[in-house]
Amino acid sequence: MDYKDYYQIMGVEKTATQDEIKRAYRKLARKYHPDVSKESDAEVRFKQVGEAYEVLKDPEKRAAYDQLGENWKAGQDFNPPPNWDAGFEFNGGGYTEGNAADFSDFFESLFGRGASAGSAGHRHAGYHAKGEDHHAKVLIDLEDAFQGASRSITLQSPELDSSGHVVTQQRTLKVKIPKGIKQGQRIRLSGQGSAGMGDAPAGDLYLEIAFNPHALYRVDGHDVYLDLPVTPWEAALGASIKVPTPSGTIDLKIAKGTTSGRKLRLKARGIPGKTPGDLYVIPQITLPPADTDTAIELYQKMEQELAYNPRSKLGV
Amino acid sequence: MTQTTLNGILLDEHTELSLNDLCRACSTSAEWVVELVSEGVLEPINYQQIQWRFTGVSLKKAQAAVRLQRDLGINIAGIALALELLDEIETLQARLSCLELNDDI
Repeated sequence: MDYKDYYQIMGVEKTATQDEIKRAYRKLARKYHPDVSKESDAEVRFKQVGEAYEVLKDPEKRAAYDQLGENWKAGQDFNPPPNWDAGFEFNGGGYTEGNAADFSDFFESLFGRGASAGSAGHRHAGYHAKGEDHHAKVLIDLEDAFQGASRSITLQSPELDSSGHVVTQQRTLKVKIPKGIKQGQRIRLSGQGSAGMGDAPAGDLYLEIAFNPHALYRVDGHDVYLDLPVTPWEAALGASIKVPTPSGTIDLKIAKGTTSGRKLRLKARGIPGKTPGDLYVIPQITLPPADTDTAIELYQKMEQELAYNPRSKLGV
Repeated sequence: MTQTTLNGILLDEHTELSLNDLCRACSTSAEWVVELVSEGVLEPINYQQIQWRFTGVSLKKAQAAVRLQRDLGINIAGIALALELLDEIETLQARLSCLELNDDI
């Protein structure tokens, strides 16, 4: 078990006043709140800050923690010295911030599991309490949203074993991903969260869907975008060309005089659904390299025979 | 091990939830949901009727609202503002990532 430096986590001096600690907590909580923060480790950081504040906001717990001594370094292997807490009582603080179920082994070795259970009681009032909801992110491919799919997901959740110890349980669920699902949408699996207390039902499992980045397509809501490289002659003269779409290859007519970047809308070829999305094809005119004599000759011929000044509007 | 495929409920704009469903999923009171509605955070599908129905999108917002109030101590007006700004950031970031992908090509 690693020693945790709660002052370091909170970014305050050991001599900080209770007021300074509260301000530091408020700032960090806003910064790392999982609903607000975009940082990938936000949830972990938020829990750490909640745990640190749980100890430092309470003068009794803080005094007991300080008493462990100043020589500990964060991450150092730690076992509480015997009778370390003699003379301290930890019932006056109340557990209001954070979710005590998420607190570390380090916290529990000092302040006990009973302290955490107090929090559960505080939040749910009584012994019949619905189990906690769980949240997880599932990465799928864009194609899964077009065809529907089933995904096996492995979840890790802390649970109590028969002797009352916290162990990390792994479980694998197979979940149907419905056709037409979009980025950020959620699937609720009733009763797949934590078990309830007493007669109360289990919590739910919420899966939030995110797409893996795709080599060809970009997705915005239910619309899909594809950059389509075309030759200068296809763009200038018009052509019928083969275009990949998530639901299969199609033939697309490119109009005469097509310009780069002008969106072509293919109705209802985006993500399917009651109101299906559209597929936008964006032509990108690419130039053949002038790396052979023939190519150079052709470019020179164009230069000589086409009176074309793309900068006429710039007045030069 | 044989495994059955679980069919969840997709919480999208077509999902309909009652006020009761919403309260249960958020572990919160009806009064609190009513406050969120009057602040404009949540919009029932059928505002005029007695039996309100909400979409899956409302559920996502209500759950975020619960967490923001519990963890950060924000009041309802602050929650309304935070959620609006978060929505805007999400839209902007989606656009930005579209543009950044474009640059790579």
